Amino acid sequence: MEAIAPPPAPVIVCGALCKSFPDGRGGVTNALAGVSLEVRRGFMVALVGPDGAGKTTLIRLIMGLLSPDSGAIQVLRRDIVRSPKTGESHISYMPQKFGLYEDLTVQENLDLYADLHSVPAADRAQRYAALFAMTNLGRFTKRLARRLSGGMKQKLGLACALVQSPRLLVLDEPTVGVDPVSRQELWAILLHLVKTESRTVLVSTPYLEEAELCNHAVVMYQGKILAEGSPREVADHARKRTFRLTLPAETKPRQAVASLLTFPAVADAVPEGSQVRLVLKAKVAEIPQFPLASAAQEVQPHLADGFMVLLRQAATTGAPPAPLKTTPTVSAKITAAESEYPVVEVRDLVRRFGEFVAVDHVNFQIRKGEIFGLLGPNGAGKSTTFRMLCGLLPLSSGMLRVAGYDLRHARAWARQEVGYVAQKFSLYAHLSVWENLVFFASAYGLRGNRRKQRLTWAMEEFDLGAVRFHATGHIPDGYKRRLAMACALLHEPTILFLDEPTSGVDPLARREFWRRITTLANQGVTVVVTTHFMEEAEYCDRLVIMMNGRMLAGGTPAEIRQRGKAPGISEPTMQEAFIRVVMDEERALHKAGGA
Amino acid sequence: MTEKDKFEKVRRIIAMSRKETRQMLRDPSSIALGMVLPLLLILLFGYGLSLDAKHVPIAVVMEDHSPAAQSVWGAFAGSRYFRPRAVNSMFRADKLLSAGRVDGIVRLRHEFSRDLHAGHAKIQFTANSIDANRARLVENYARGVVAAWLAQRQLTHGWHDDQPVAIQQQIWFNRGLVSRYFLVPGLLVLIMTLIGALMTALVVAREWERGTFEALFATPVEPTEIIISKIIPYFCLGMIGLAIAVTASRLLFHVPIRGSLGVLFLVSALYLLVALGMGLLISTRTKNQFIASQAALLLTFLPAMMLSGFIFDIRSMPPAIAAITYVLPARYFVALLQTLFLAGDIWSVILPNTAILMLMAVLLLGMTRRLLVKRLQ
Repeated sequence: MEAIAPPPAPVIVCGALCKSFPDGRGGVTNALAGVSLEVRRGFMVALVGPDGAGKTTLIRLIMGLLSPDSGAIQVLRRDIVRSPKTGESHISYMPQKFGLYEDLTVQENLDLYADLHSVPAADRAQRYAALFAMTNLGRFTKRLARRLSGGMKQKLGLACALVQSPRLLVLDEPTVGVDPVSRQELWAILLHLVKTESRTVLVSTPYLEEAELCNHAVVMYQGKILAEGSPREVADHARKRTFRLTLPAETKPRQAVASLLTFPAVADAVPEGSQVRLVLKAKVAEIPQFPLASAAQEVQPHLADGFMVLLRQAATTGAPPAPLKTTPTVSAKITAAESEYPVVEVRDLVRRFGEFVAVDHVNFQIRKGEIFGLLGPNGAGKSTTFRMLCGLLPLSSGMLRVAGYDLRHARAWARQEVGYVAQKFSLYAHLSVWENLVFFASAYGLRGNRRKQRLTWAMEEFDLGAVRFHATGHIPDGYKRRLAMACALLHEPTILFLDEPTSGVDPLARREFWRRITTLANQGVTVVVTTHFMEEAEYCDRLVIMMNGRMLAGGTPAEIRQRGKAPGISEPTMQEAFIRVVMDEERALHKAGGA
Repeated sequence: MTEKDKFEKVRRIIAMSRKETRQMLRDPSSIALGMVLPLLLILLFGYGLSLDAKHVPIAVVMEDHSPAAQSVWGAFAGSRYFRPRAVNSMFRADKLLSAGRVDGIVRLRHEFSRDLHAGHAKIQFTANSIDANRARLVENYARGVVAAWLAQRQLTHGWHDDQPVAIQQQIWFNRGLVSRYFLVPGLLVLIMTLIGALMTALVVAREWERGTFEALFATPVEPTEIIISKIIPYFCLGMIGLAIAVTASRLLFHVPIRGSLGVLFLVSALYLLVALGMGLLISTRTKNQFIASQAALLLTFLPAMMLSGFIFDIRSMPPAIAAITYVLPARYFVALLQTLFLAGDIWSVILPNTAILMLMAVLLLGMTRRLLVKRLQ
């Protein structure tokens, strides 16, 4: 229908925007390097890209909350740069943290924004009713915003932005840190708005699958726009290049992925159930013969596939990653008997903080050499469980055995067997890379030859030679992550705990990270990892899904995906399975509550 | 500006201050700071931290043994402020003083009774000045004792001409020499500074931290409206704190209020505005609650405590530090408070100090308005 009528008037026009910030070391980081963008009326435009791509900066410039170093911005025909009066009443904005007052109730937050946007008192009753119907917040009007769940806060944030009828709605990463079910509901509301009220919406998201729901996607990376167009057009960058490989029964998909990524022709490879999804850098006329694969089939590319092709073209570090070294980390090889022996045993684990039950009777076992995933939205209890596993937090009740030690009695011993990488790497910013390694070696009590040997191993295995004498605070994040892992592995632990290692990491670095983890697991290290990226579940041997402190599902990725099966969905994705599991749980709770 | 615009502006200010008031009332720490703290400070300073000295040990050097000298000794011995011990020589007294066994020396020279008759007697007083405040206090007590002795002597001997002993009482208004009469008015400075500067700096920093400013800036609300709506609730809280403090000091410690209550509340309101201005100004520069609280304590609270003349006398400070006190609003407020509590409505003191505070309020709030732009950088 857009094709027949003349194109609608532009609501936002940006030309050659540049913006840099001081990086704290006397230099500058270019957050935006020449971005031009046009958003037309009635369009729903998605800004996609990894963290640090410049999405938030661009949105803040459009909202007039920052001023550009150079370039021009027009919003609703007004020049934002020259007449920087912010707070146009026809624009609604929802920032990343939702902009809610936590000490105010749901109703008070809504009233405040209604007053600030001068919504006439006569219109309010009707408006509120519509918003409550849309967001299901009607029952909670008297609840303090602080007491809402992440998903409910997000919906309240949206309701506050929609308390007036804005001509332009701008949302900055509204779905980050929110569980998949709430994310799905939020998108349903947005799509409904665009359809029924033909609003113009600009929304940023790091989740590529969400951009597929919009009618225009703008792909950003390192302060530039890599491509834009309809989601189909962006996905088509990977057309005739995307394949699904079937593997011989004995090959684990993540191992195939690890080796496939070393081929220069490969743009991307990810596990997908028992198969591998592969994207090539260049178009091919016919299906080539793939190594490791027993069969291959061309598939329709997703936006994510197109994005990876674009990213490989743009990424400055174009060389494919070198094959990883295979020096064994742990001297012992896993025997068949050992692999059946649980290294971590969790039974009826409970952790309370006052009245609040953060972890509610969780049970699982982890076997030697496994990659084990703890998945769930923020606040699900992943991190609490994790801290108990590492012996950092005492348990309220239940049984917890790590490497054969009961954590209730022998925490210190168990720690010798455990390596831990915190979400914010615990490194000393003012020490050099080498000094950090030496410090951790002595902290773990390594001496003499063994210490020398382990330090050499760490430098080589994690390829830290180039930054050996650099202050750790000033090296790129990728190196920091490697150094943190090296420090955690110095004492040859049998179990490595990684807390949200991939959040805020760009897709290329995430691939690299999982390749490394795969190698470690091959060497016999048991890896326990938390993540909120559902697709990363595919790298795990087994996983549990947690929400509200409870374990909703556990098993191999294939088993969990089976639970997502529904009429019309024959091959559910991990995301769909998760949503299904959570909905089932909620229905069960509802029934229990009603009975 | 049209009528409609004006109406919307007022409505936004009302909505914002209502929001601010609700947040304040729901935050137990603001109630604690605004209402409990004033009471606590009054009780603490009133009962516990009194600077009054009692039974101060002093040495009285009795070089003269005349009945007149004996009766001076009697006056010291009979005072509840002193616990005198008689010594024979200045040498011995010096030793006691340097050993810290006594806090002061009263010396009655050989010629004391002769000079007394001639009408120019001197009593030498030496104080251990390690603790300057205590020294000054002890010296004043000693003067008080001598003055009382002299008055007594005049009554009995009927001398009505010249003062035979060269001593002049220095503390005029705090006649009973009760330090809480000094301290309680000074406390108002601390309370107003805490509520005005610390709390506002914190609440604004909290808005930065929680990202609510980002949402607020994207609405039509204007910076002036934000400032006004932050001032209103904390101004009210500060005035409540003031009322509590004044009532408590009157009822519990019978601190005199010799000036008029109206003027007291007016100048306090003015100082509160200055404190609010300082707090808001700090908050435009810091976007983090920790830094905001540190800055507010260092730049407003501590100077108000140490350099305002509330505890330490400005006249006894080194000139460089005394010069700094001129830029501190607290200095002028302390001057006003001490006048209003202990002396009365002395306009020659009230008017200039009030004018300076007014200038500071305008300056600080004006600077805040200039610096608070709806930008995130």
